[in-house]
Amino acid sequence: MTSGSRHYAARTGIENTMKTVLLVSALASVLIVLLIFVFTLKEAMPAFREIGFEDMLLGKVWRPGNDQYGILAMIAGSGLVTLGAVAIGVPLALGTAVFLSEIAPGWISGIVRPSVELLAGIPSVVYGLFGMVVLVPLVRTIPAPGNVGFGLLSASIVLAVMVLPTIANVSEFAIRSVPKGYREGSLALGATKWETIARVIVPAARPGIISAVVLGLGRALGETIAMIMVIGNSVVIPSASTGNPLSIFLSRARTLTGNIAVEISYATGVHESALFATGVVLFVLIMLVNSSARFLLKSSISRGGKN
Amino acid sequence: MATSRFTRKMAQGGAFTVFWLMGATAVLIMLFVVGYIMVQGIPQLNLEFFTTSPRGGLSGDGGIYSTVVTTFYMVVVTLLIATPLGVGAAIYLTEYSEKAESPIVRRLVRIARFGVETLAGVPSIIFGLFGYALFVSALNMGFSIMSASLAGACLIIPVVIRTTEEALKSVPDSYREGSLALGATKWETIRKVILPSALPGISTGILLSAGRIVSETAIFFVTLGGSYRVPHSLMSGGRTMALHVYYLAMETRAFDKAMSTAAVLVALIVLMNLAINLITSRISSKTR
Repeated sequence: MTSGSRHYAARTGIENTMKTVLLVSALASVLIVLLIFVFTLKEAMPAFREIGFEDMLLGKVWRPGNDQYGILAMIAGSGLVTLGAVAIGVPLALGTAVFLSEIAPGWISGIVRPSVELLAGIPSVVYGLFGMVVLVPLVRTIPAPGNVGFGLLSASIVLAVMVLPTIANVSEFAIRSVPKGYREGSLALGATKWETIARVIVPAARPGIISAVVLGLGRALGETIAMIMVIGNSVVIPSASTGNPLSIFLSRARTLTGNIAVEISYATGVHESALFATGVVLFVLIMLVNSSARFLLKSSISRGGKN
Repeated sequence: MATSRFTRKMAQGGAFTVFWLMGATAVLIMLFVVGYIMVQGIPQLNLEFFTTSPRGGLSGDGGIYSTVVTTFYMVVVTLLIATPLGVGAAIYLTEYSEKAESPIVRRLVRIARFGVETLAGVPSIIFGLFGYALFVSALNMGFSIMSASLAGACLIIPVVIRTTEEALKSVPDSYREGSLALGATKWETIRKVILPSALPGISTGILLSAGRIVSETAIFFVTLGGSYRVPHSLMSGGRTMALHVYYLAMETRAFDKAMSTAAVLVALIVLMNLAINLITSRISSKTR
């Protein structure tokens, strides 16, 4: 009897220890996020102090040799390439999502879905290489002054393919979580399948679809290696070289992520700190984008649940 | 009326054609990218390519032996760090969190979930920057497999947590109830009943994470150093295959070798995806 109860005590002892150990590992993620934020911010402080937050964010010139550290050109580069990627990638991703959830017969989705999954799995360095070897020479043939092929257009195309899986997956999920009753109701009222998709299902899934696009934006802003390989990396504020405003996409540029990766290996002092500051700006930007996506997704799910 | 019905049918036909084309485009893009890399890369592959190390310097000469070794080390060490943490976190979040009574623990669970979601959205260059500041510099580990694995673990912890949670949730509640009714404690139930039946699902998560490490470049670009030599300990630097592709393309401009290395990389990823799909379809056929 006593040995039995001691045994029982040992078992509850293990039980409680494990519970604590598991809780601690559950908290590891939040600890890592905090550590990342604190460390990056700490390393960035000297730059913010010496250069000034505003001068850095709005400064047009990045010339570390000259102690000029403005990251506006990189903000513009990241913004434009993301815009380009969304413009190219979103229609294709949404089309694929609608196709997979509403139209494709089972065996066809059995081909399309794994293909999209594989696109998500291809390493970004491979996309970069593909961009350098295939897309850049192609873009170079567009006649425009100063067009070398490396630049926003090539980068946007590469990035569009890279964010396609994220946007397609999340929107497919959003479309699938539209209650069955909507679909049946619309069809029962005599609407065609296409009218049901266009006027009932997609509008009902809109918050989820928007959050999918915003999530894609977050992924696009964070992409590094493929961008370095095809965007040209020049620190200039992109501008149109011909009368056509779209020729701005033939301009070379540099992203926030690329700025960090290209220079961190040899930077010291304020220069190094300015790169960490670039990281802080990127981190905050992506946190804002991702949390708004999450907010949209949650509100769309809770609304769907109520209906 | 009849015409309107006809135009409505036409509209549907037109729209569906566009959607079919879009689905086909997604497949074609995949086939084009993978096919191009394979066609350009595979013809130059031979045994020597796998058994010799890169010559280094500005020549693109040599094979990929040392980069295969480094990739292997990186995958193993990163998984050793991330798997226990990720699986542990997932167990707590699925098996314990909902029954937690104390308001403090409930709040901690909410914070933990927020942490996982946030971590999943952090871009890899930030993990690199963090790893560079903390592990490479502050903790004096230098550019090494150790520094890079610690930074890489941050990237895959959310992946392990998410897939493990899915796997645990798919274990039927009757398993839990049966084990508890037999007098097993919660932890005994988890260790002897739930984890074994969730193992196939967890293993897909681990495979997926291994794929992420094989593909990752940005983190290792700033934490691994890029040495082309065979690593002799966890404190040596190195370059993974993915990093090697970057150096070949950007620094030595040896595009043929870059293509061959990329082909090996893509083949590896395709195999991993196949394995994941195989395990997943096994699981779903079993539960059916």
